[in-house]
Amino acid sequence: MPRLSRRRFLELLGQAGTLSALSLVLPPLARAADKPGAKASARVVIVGGGFGGATCAKYLRRFAPDIHVTLIERDTRFITCPFSNTVLGGLNDMDYISHDYSGLQEHYGIEVVHDSVTEVDAAAKRVSLTNGGKQQYDALVVSPGIDFRWDAIAGYDEKTAESVPHAWKAGTQTETLRRQLEAMPDGGVVIIAPPGNPFRCPPGPYERASMIAYYLKTTKPRSKLLILDAKDKFSKQPLFVQGWEALYPGMIEWIGGSDWGGIGRLDAANRTLYSTFDTPHKADVINLIPPQKAGAIAHAAGLVNADGWCPVDQRTFESTLHKDVYVIGDASVAGQMPKSGFAANSQGKVCAAALAAKFHAIDMPEPSYVNTCYSLVGPEYGISVAGVYRLVDGEIKSVEKSGGVSPIDADRQFRQTEARYAVGWYQSIVSDSFG
Amino acid sequence: MRPNQPVPIIGLVAVAALSWNPLQAETDPIELTRGAMLSNSCAACHGTDGNSPGEIPSIGGKSARFIETALQEYRSGKRTGTVMGRHASAYSDEEIRLIAEFFAHGK
Ligand SMILES: Cc1cc2nc3c(=O)[nH]c(=O)nc-3n(C[C@H](O)[C@H](O)[C@H](O)COP(=O)(O)OP(=O)(O)OC[C@H]3O[C@@H](n4cnc5c(N)ncnc54)[C@H](O)[C@@H]3O)c2cc1C
Repeated sequence: MPRLSRRRFLELLGQAGTLSALSLVLPPLARAADKPGAKASARVVIVGGGFGGATCAKYLRRFAPDIHVTLIERDTRFITCPFSNTVLGGLNDMDYISHDYSGLQEHYGIEVVHDSVTEVDAAAKRVSLTNGGKQQYDALVVSPGIDFRWDAIAGYDEKTAESVPHAWKAGTQTETLRRQLEAMPDGGVVIIAPPGNPFRCPPGPYERASMIAYYLKTTKPRSKLLILDAKDKFSKQPLFVQGWEALYPGMIEWIGGSDWGGIGRLDAANRTLYSTFDTPHKADVINLIPPQKAGAIAHAAGLVNADGWCPVDQRTFESTLHKDVYVIGDASVAGQMPKSGFAANSQGKVCAAALAAKFHAIDMPEPSYVNTCYSLVGPEYGISVAGVYRLVDGEIKSVEKSGGVSPIDADRQFRQTEARYAVGWYQSIVSDSFG
Repeated sequence: MRPNQPVPIIGLVAVAALSWNPLQAETDPIELTRGAMLSNSCAACHGTDGNSPGEIPSIGGKSARFIETALQEYRSGKRTGTVMGRHASAYSDEEIRLIAEFFAHGK
């Protein structure tokens, strides 16, 4: 008997004008749609095509090809924050970190709509778009990433960020910061001011310091980089400090919040950051990363707690505030998992499994979650932190005696291999999420 | 490889057709098993179904025995790497077996 591809099979179906024994080609799960409680042709709408939303869309279609998935994403190109620090360091260009949605559309049959969701009507199970359109859903997944608390720092708002960039969402902000670094004189001062916890990508500011130091060392070696932190310690700190001493001796100075007092206000016109003690810190380039909260749509939809993040059932990622609405990625409160692209990808898969199980009325396997964050201290100097997580008493917790950071006593070869794997990780996660 | 299974065209099954999605996925569906749940986590580094597009070794399609042994040795410390020991230590024998089987079948 000849073998038929799905596409050919559909053509034949069309020609025959009949609707045939589809259950024979549907995967086991799709067949499960005949079970009591199962919902045939469920519609899932996903808001936000970043690491969380894109992965959830792809894996949902893989688990359950009978489910109709619509991904609503504002931008036609997704510019990743991961590896945006390498653009600042001059290792890669913007194209390297820009990706489109053709893979999700062509290979996975996901309907991609480029628009913004302005409103969620959880009672009517409907979202509204800026073009006036509406989309009905059986389940809604929200993965909007972060927004900034523009009221948190005196003298700093969205407009000011055009000249004092945060570059904590990749795109024009990344380009602005890169241009400022290029324009800076040799012997100049760069300030990076990271926020307190929790925030997107805990090791990110320190990888950024490393990549900027790499650029300065190779082009403007008399310059200095000052990290004025809100915190008194940070992710992978001993490893970063060790790497800075090895690669950029004397160039990077980090000062913890208690020591310098934290941010009092910004005088953007004079590129001066004042501490809470009113001590001025003047720089040629200031990269001010403000405190964060769940993306705006999560607030508009009433999905946030008093801290501005979205509480969820950590097994399925269903919101504890609205039924049939799921929140994944940076916006969610996900136990011990950090806010990372890797974590968002992992959560997207768990949420996809929960939705496939729900609509096919089968049991969801016990969830498993993973995170690994690579940081480049130099182009050939990588470090990592890894974690495997399970659900314990309703909370995502790190599995005991596993995970952790790269060894502090590793040799150059080890750091080189991890730098290579950092690049490999980026290639893999981009294709696993968008391809 | 399910989509290529022989397809007899018979009868009229309207209910099934209603659940058919016109936006058809080209890739293979995966069954929602515990093995898939555990293994999908590996894809962020090793690529979807273990097929890596870049610097990290592919594991898709390697024999179950090879993957199982490797994970066990990373866990015990007999095999050293960079990050794999930190991952492998989180999994039980049974979980390692499920992961090995998943990737051995090319998914
Ligand atoms: C400098 C830097 C470096 C980083 N490096 C790493 C790293 O090496 N490894 C790592 O794992 N993570 C890294 N991260 C973290 C990573 O970028 C985030 O954790 C990840 O992007 C979170 O995924 P998400 O799906 O929650 O949000 P996002 O990826 O931000 O996606 C959200 C998407 O939703 C869209 N959207 C929002 N609201 C709407 C709306 N109303 N309608 C339509 N669309 C909407 C946005 O346009 C966006 O595309 C880094 C972050 C930074 C800032």
